[in-house]
Order: sequence, then structure tokens, then C-alpha cells
Amino acid sequence: MSRAFHFADPKRGRDLADAIMLLAPTTPLKIVHVCGTHEMAITQNGLRRFLPDTVTVLEGPGCPVCVTPAADIDTAIEIACRGAVVCTFGDMLRVPGSHLSLDAARGQGADIRTVLSAADAVDVARRTNRPVVFFAVGFETTAPMTAAVLLEHPPENLFVFASHKTIPSAMSALLDLPENRISAFLAPGHVSTIIGLPPYEEALADRPIPTVVAGFEPLDILYAVALILRQHRDGHAKVENAYPRAVDPEGNSVAQAMIREVFEPTDASWRGIGVIPRSGLGLREAFRRHDARLEFPVQLDNPIDTIPGCRCPEVLTAQAVPSDCPLFATRCTPLSPVGPCMVGSEGACHIWFRYEGERPL
Amino acid sequence: MPHLVSIRGRAPTVNEMDHRISMLHGAGGELMGDLLDRLILPRFSAVTTTRGGVGLSALDDGATVDVPAGERVVVTTDSHVVKPIFFPGGDIGRLAAAGTINDLVMMGARPIGLTLAAIIEEGFPIAHLERILDSFARVLETVGAAVVCGDTKVMPAGDLDGIALNTTGVGATSHVIGDAGLHIGDAVIVTGTIGDHGMALLAAREEFHLATPLQSDVAPLWPFLAPVIERYATQIHGMKDPTRGGLAAALNEMARKSATCIVVDDAAIPMRSEVVALSDVLGISPLTVANEGKAILVVAGEVAEDVVRMLTSHKLGTDARRIGRVTEEYPGRVLLETEVGGRRFLDMPLGDPVPRIC
Repeated sequence: MSRAFHFADPKRGRDLADAIMLLAPTTPLKIVHVCGTHEMAITQNGLRRFLPDTVTVLEGPGCPVCVTPAADIDTAIEIACRGAVVCTFGDMLRVPGSHLSLDAARGQGADIRTVLSAADAVDVARRTNRPVVFFAVGFETTAPMTAAVLLEHPPENLFVFASHKTIPSAMSALLDLPENRISAFLAPGHVSTIIGLPPYEEALADRPIPTVVAGFEPLDILYAVALILRQHRDGHAKVENAYPRAVDPEGNSVAQAMIREVFEPTDASWRGIGVIPRSGLGLREAFRRHDARLEFPVQLDNPIDTIPGCRCPEVLTAQAVPSDCPLFATRCTPLSPVGPCMVGSEGACHIWFRYEGERPL
Repeated sequence: MPHLVSIRGRAPTVNEMDHRISMLHGAGGELMGDLLDRLILPRFSAVTTTRGGVGLSALDDGATVDVPAGERVVVTTDSHVVKPIFFPGGDIGRLAAAGTINDLVMMGARPIGLTLAAIIEEGFPIAHLERILDSFARVLETVGAAVVCGDTKVMPAGDLDGIALNTTGVGATSHVIGDAGLHIGDAVIVTGTIGDHGMALLAAREEFHLATPLQSDVAPLWPFLAPVIERYATQIHGMKDPTRGGLAAALNEMARKSATCIVVDDAAIPMRSEVVALSDVLGISPLTVANEGKAILVVAGEVAEDVVRMLTSHKLGTDARRIGRVTEEYPGRVLLETEVGGRRFLDMPLGDPVPRIC
């Protein structure tokens, strides 16, 4: 039966598959996407079947909760232990910190609550006199929502623990890694609706590689892959928009202005990658009254990002696929995750576990 | 102050005034007898005895069930805890009756009798209990099965969320249908749209603020499937109702038990547009949520068309379709051919994405 609004028409799918085969490179081409929703669409629809043997598509640091460093989770737990209510997204709860996850801390009595948006945290703050801390994670897609809350005179007892990150700087950092072998980027549609195309052009200016913004339906992704292969064949790398029905090349200027007004670029630590200069969003001086980092200064000793044997760092940098890890689906499963990539529903390991992304059937 | 009603010449008790279940209703004394006389026996009078034996109205320690010579007795049991208790398209009473009956039908059995045990939270409104019992009785009437015995327990307020029902069903058949006998070349048929119950209940939860006309599909599959079972008893190689875990779990179980591969055409799976839209919004696959009025039939390839034709002639089967086939590719696994033309394994869901729905 036909699924309304579902860009999955088999005839068009075959046409795009033909185009991809015609454009197939003779040497290995590694395409990296940075979005869990892309990985979900690729595995759920079995799209790797359409790729020539020479082309691989891997998820990089596309899962916001997976790249949140253990230090930030430890800090959030410490803040909750000092009596604040900590609110965050459900995905964040089970991600391991150095010793505990937020979920485990909640089990030991910390007041940690799941919210669907920053606005929900404001509602929590209005109903209590205790300090309420919104643990703000996510890329440019969720940052405007955090900004909106801070711009609308939030209650005195609301604090934001900002751990937002920006995607183009991470893409650029991936290219700095030795032996990364990345030939092209499939850029995330959601983030691009906010930032448009220029930030990718800036971040990749000194070493351009084919970069195509893609949507999330099966045909969107196949189309974007075809455009990447065409750029590769023509030897002309640029940032291209394969998702024009949602993405304006200039992005959403209102949301951009809100981000600029509330946040300033800071150096940020990415789990599995390390510190990337100017890749985080810190609160500006004007919002210091609501800055949880100032209100609750926390001194941590040696946060632990990676558990021995876990290959999340390589998965997050697109240097390994989940099934390369010896713990994958053996010691590490969604029910008892070892690394962050198995926890977040956007994490590559979690998605591969659910849909078996490794096997082109 | 509620209206005072005199029952059988006695002064009303505090609890009758309150119209709520009290601890005494489960204590075996007069108040419990009153509950039986007033609420339970009248509702099941039409369906309380199996032919000639000891039935519910005897209020004996047990019941008898008569089975024709040459038939096997089939027994199944199920407990039901659902939130919300009343949901779009049904309630826990209808769910319990239909669920137990459908388990019997999936074995190829004609339902004969059901037991009904209710564990009720102190303070539960009697009016709600009446609605639930009405629903339970209505399902039994359509099927022609009897309530043969029952039990009531009350738990202190806070120890239970409302009500839990347990039903044991007894049926009989001369030809038992299992879920492990799939053959290479068989056709896989579903009797209707997938995902209705799980998605309807999810949408009904307050926290999502969703408005949808979607209703649960909860329904007894007898007598709908009776003629199909009668005509094709030996060509039906497997039958299963995709309840908890949905279509994904049921197909995986069948493939695993029979060491065959089931290949499913995703685009052929009948689904309501509301279910597709809700699953997109909530990020939950309709293939992993419960159905309460649907069956999967795996039949010999040559009779598949006739079976589908027979199913679609009944009002419960208008959307019945052939959705897949049994092959030898990956024994024990289910393969999904996606609409766009990709392929992937459809795995057993990790757990139910929607807690407490059946």
C-alpha cells in the first residue's frame, strides 16, 4: 500500500540506483554522514544494497548524546547531588559518565527528570523554588530552542548547563585526523535547515571535498549519494543542496540570530574525538545569571570517556563500523551498553544492533 | 450525598453509597456475595453454562467442560493489565475476552469456556467494573462461549493500578494448528491492518497531546476465522496473532521455530494512514506494536489466493493481504524487502516500545 508523503517510490529508487551504478568510482570512496537519523534511514530501508562495492557510507559524530563528554555527564550528576533538579532529554539518561549514568544517579536519589524541550524545563522551574538546571545537549537544531527560553525572561531559578555543539567544526576536525580517508560528506538536513550552506563552505574552505545536504527519506539519500558521485567524477568539490524542499541555502536567519545573541563559540570536548576549537556554544556574558557552569562550579578528577576495549572513539570518527568492535552485540547491547554509541537511539551501534546495518542483503 | 438505594430490604452499606469497591468485596463474605449476585451472575446468565455441565451459576468449587469425542482440549491463559483501562475502540474487559479467545483460535480451536479472575484496587468505581464486565460478556456472546468460573480479589488502594484481569480459555479441535510447521513455498497472509491497537493506545496517553480518530482493533477472531480453519485445516501450516511485540515478533517466532526464512514485502503490509503518520511522529515502528484483532496465517502457496478471498469477504478481513513468502535463504530469520527496494532483517523487538498495552 502507498505510504502518504513517503519518498520511497520503487521506480524512482531503481532509477537512482542505476544512476549511482553509472557514476560508481573505480577506487574506494568513503562517504561520511554526521547524523543518526541518516543512519536510521539508511539501515531501516536497506539502502547500502544500492551502493557499488567501492562506495561505503559511515556515520561519524552524528549522535549528540554520544559525543557529550563524560565530564559533562559527571558535572550534571554532581549538580543534581547538590540539590538541583536536573532536566534533560530522555536519550541522555543512560549514557555512561565516568562512573555513573544520569539514570543510575537518579536510582540513587538524584532528582533528574526527562523533558521533551527546554520549554518543559521552564515549566518545572516555575513549579518549584529549587534551582532547576537544563542540561542542554544537541547540535544547531536544538540550540535555538535553548536560546529561545533564555531570551524570554526565564524564572530566576532556571539555569542552563550548555553542552551544545556545532556540526561544521566537527566535520573539519574529522578531516584533520590522520588517515581519515574521508572522500565526501553527506551533510545533515535538520542542521542545515537552521544554518544553511555557508558554514560548511567556511569550515571546508581549505580542503574542499564533495558535501551534499540530504533529507531523510530513502530517495533523498540515494539522490544525495548520486550528486556526491557526480561531483567526484567531475573532480569538482562543492557544497550542494539535495534537500531544497526543506533547506534554504541561507538557512533560518531568525534561529541563527537567536543562537548568536545567546551563545558564543567556545572550545568543546567531543567524546571520542577530543577538544575541537570553537566547536561548542557557551553562554554569553549577558546570560551569566542563568549559567549553570558559573552557579555550580564543579571540579572533576579525571573523567573517563572510554571503557577499555570499546571502539566508540573510532566509530564516532568514522574510522570503524560498529561490527568492527569485538564488544558489539556480545558484551555491548542496547540492554546493557558499554559505550555511548550503543545507548543513544541515534548512535551507530544502537542502530546497527536494531537493523543490522552491516550486512548488505 | 449519593442517592440511597435499598438492596433486598437491607439498609445500604457505606460502600454501596460510595459506589466503589472496598476490601470487603474480596473478602468472601456477604458483600462479595452481593457483588456476585448483582454484577456478575446477571451479566453472564446467557453464557454461564457449557452444555449440561457444572457452570458459573452453580457457584461450585469448579466447573466442568464437555468436549465431543475425537477432539482435543486446548487450554490457554492470559493476564491483562492495560493503561488506560478504557481506550479508543475498547476496554480491558473486551481485551481480556478477545485476547484469550484469539489464543484458542490460533490453535485451531473452537472456544468453549473462559474463566474470569479479577484483581481490583480498593476504591475502583463499581460503574467502571460494570462497563468492563459488560464488554467481556458481549464478546462471549458473539463467540458463543461461556464464563465457566471466576474469582475476585481486592487489593489495598495503591497496591495495584485499577484492575487486572486473568482469563483461562478452554477450547476444542480435531486438528491442532501450531506455529512451527512452515514449509518452503508457503504464503504469509495477514487478516487486516497492522499496528492499530498499539498506536491507538499510545496516542491516547495524555503526555503526547495527540488527537486521532484511530481506534484499537480489539476483536474476537471467532467466528470470522472458523470457516477458513474448517476448510483449510491441513493447508494452514502456521497461525499466530501478532499481539505483544507485533508483527515483527510473531513472524520471527514462526521463522525461528520452523527454521525457515520469512521474506516480507514491506509495501504490501496493510496499514492505516493514521498508523503510518503516528509511527513517523513517535519514532516507533508499527511492526513492533500490538494488534488485538488480527492474525497471521501461513498457508500452502496454492491455496493462498482462495484463503485471502475468503478472508476479505468478512467484515473483519476486508484488508486481508498476502504480505510474504517462506523461503530457505536465512533459516530462522525474517527479511524485509523495503518499499524503495532495499532489504534488511526484521528482528525480534528488544522489548515492547509501549508499556502495558495488553
